[in-house]
Amino acid sequence: MKSKLQKLKGTCIGIAGCGGLGSNCAVALARAGVGRLVIADFDSVTRENLDRQYYFLDQVGQKKVRALYETLLRINPDIVVEAYDLRLGPGEIAHVFKDCQVIIEAFDRADMKRMIIEAVVEHFPDKFIIAGSGLAGYGGNNELRTRRLGNLFICGDEVSEVSDELPPLAPRVAAVAALQANQALEIVLDDMEPARGGDVWDE
Amino acid sequence: MKITLNNSEVSMAGESFSVRELLALMKFTFPMIVVKINGRLVRKEDYERVFVGDGDNVEAIHLISGG
Repeated sequence: MKSKLQKLKGTCIGIAGCGGLGSNCAVALARAGVGRLVIADFDSVTRENLDRQYYFLDQVGQKKVRALYETLLRINPDIVVEAYDLRLGPGEIAHVFKDCQVIIEAFDRADMKRMIIEAVVEHFPDKFIIAGSGLAGYGGNNELRTRRLGNLFICGDEVSEVSDELPPLAPRVAAVAALQANQALEIVLDDMEPARGGDVWDE
Repeated sequence: MKITLNNSEVSMAGESFSVRELLALMKFTFPMIVVKINGRLVRKEDYERVFVGDGDNVEAIHLISGG
């Protein structure tokens, strides 16, 4: 196992979005020993973010990618972090994550989740994407799960949508982020093969 | 026709349906959904022109906001 884990040093994982899912997932992957992370987000840290996102009071006002970059290097000074302060669209995704073996979808909005799934299938048919879907509220431990559909993995309960009545709370958000990070490790360490043969419908 | 929808077998009257018709029939009403037929992703703009027929394996995933 120990020699197997050495493989992580040469592994590059991309994280699209650095909010609740992305920041917690990045920290888990850095602690596990992943050698290179590509992170991207356009947003800045607010005080409200501290209820579930891996930031600190003294980072309020900073760009999220910068704050997360510094936190990751405080955990492991040997990690290589490529941080992109930008709003990701299909074109940016094709450029920013080209060297990543696995891409973690860590956006907030459902339309952005679909956008990156479509962009990855189109630009990187041989890469895995791990999305988070359904994480609001508390409890329901055993509803959280991972489903594989070709090169797409979905982590979460696939039901609990964030709303005023059902806010995202730290434990469940971090649990889904950890499911995503754990799935990424399994893909890399077990040499999982991507599904082949044209992943997009093309008549 | 018989299809597999999210790992369950479903029998339907008719020979084929467009993805859009199938989603309406199955009452998949969430605004954000990802559809795969036999492992291939169908883009939203193709929902009217891609058809599902007997024996197809359809996977429909709701995407839920929150992250």
